[in-house]
Amino acid sequence: MATPPPVPLSDTRRSFWCAVLIGAGVMAGIDEILFHQILQWHHFFDHATPTVGILSDGLLHAAELLALVAGFFLLTDLARRQQLSVGWAWAGVFLGMGGFQLFDGIVSHKLLRIHQIRYDVDLLVYDLAWNLSALILLGIGLWLYRRASRPEHR
Amino acid sequence: MNESNGATSDIPLLAMLPLILLLIINLAYLSAAYRQRSTTRGWSGWRTGFFITGSLLLGVAFAPPAMAWAHHDLRLHMVQHLLIGMLAPLAWVLSAPVTLLLRTLPPRTARHVVVLLQSRPVRTISHPLSALLLNIGGMYWLYLTPLYATTLQHPALHHWMHLHFLVAGYLFYWSILAGPDAAPHALGMRFRLGVLFVSMATHSILGKLMYGYLWPRGTGHEVEEIQAAAQLMYYGGDLAEVLLAIALFTMWLRTPPSRRSVLPPYQPVPPARDSGRYAGPSITSPSVSKRLP
Repeated sequence: MATPPPVPLSDTRRSFWCAVLIGAGVMAGIDEILFHQILQWHHFFDHATPTVGILSDGLLHAAELLALVAGFFLLTDLARRQQLSVGWAWAGVFLGMGGFQLFDGIVSHKLLRIHQIRYDVDLLVYDLAWNLSALILLGIGLWLYRRASRPEHR
Repeated sequence: MNESNGATSDIPLLAMLPLILLLIINLAYLSAAYRQRSTTRGWSGWRTGFFITGSLLLGVAFAPPAMAWAHHDLRLHMVQHLLIGMLAPLAWVLSAPVTLLLRTLPPRTARHVVVLLQSRPVRTISHPLSALLLNIGGMYWLYLTPLYATTLQHPALHHWMHLHFLVAGYLFYWSILAGPDAAPHALGMRFRLGVLFVSMATHSILGKLMYGYLWPRGTGHEVEEIQAAAQLMYYGGDLAEVLLAIALFTMWLRTPPSRRSVLPPYQPVPPARDSGRYAGPSITSPSVSKRLP
């Protein structure tokens, strides 16, 4: 989690990075509510998971909860001090969401094998859809980022 | 004294003891708060509200029927654990009981309390890391060993477990928030957030381990019951720790940006003739504490 150095332009950088925290937290929340609770595709615990997977899953879970709360309050603080840059914040939200989704799809599901997207189905389709959605979110975030960094928006 | 007979009629006095203590503590807090309200400094209604909330949560958890059910059902035990060890301590910490105590006591006695709060044993267990160890370490020890099964057979041990939940929970929440009662340690926001992070992670890992490996064992609980209890621990712990994070950031947001770099000094020094002697643990240098970005 990079923290912006205190430079004069820190309002845009802070707006961006705090929003990244929120984006990642929101995506994790969607994952938890939609796939764990509503669809029940993901398993709460999977005996195929190596121990390191369970440990890193716990760390990730704590990080996403804290990221959501911290991001929300840091953005509130920026807004109260009128240093919030909305364009940069939206870019951060989408890059955070896409980044988390891609991380979840590649590292959690494939490398650490914490759990799979769904069980007893052809996983390839699901994995492709998952990571493709991550790339779409990242694409939107990148477009917003370029738009925000154009001189007339600074 | 067989566990299957329940604890309802075994020792009524021992079962009622937590409620009686709770009632006494409440009368003390409310009368002290009432007295403070008539002074010029007053006493925040929010704090009183938090105290009553915490007491009600504890009252529900310690009510003899709840105790008896929790004895047989691990899910109810977990709800009880959540109330006693997490939600009630958070509410009580936010009610600033130490500040109220120091303002109410006569100056001489209050100074003894301040000395006690700054003594080495209290400073040792009120550090975030030791409070974390007491709290989460105690939970790992209780649930991942035969200890929990043992507490079901010994009422005294069972009461001790609840007291440990309450005290360890209170110490942990206080050490993380470092307020509204001034904390004995001047630790930066980042450090406390880091300890909170470790607590959240280890708590959720414990929930998964209990779910996957069916702990606590030797209690005769069904597989579904243990798994439901483990999920309660996982999501209930999330709720309590997110509330703690929200409280921490709310207090941070309410601090003016210029003062965020340091913790407030130890202010609850009673108005005394020579109050300069106990100025509290002074913050030696602002660089001890760190700023949040």
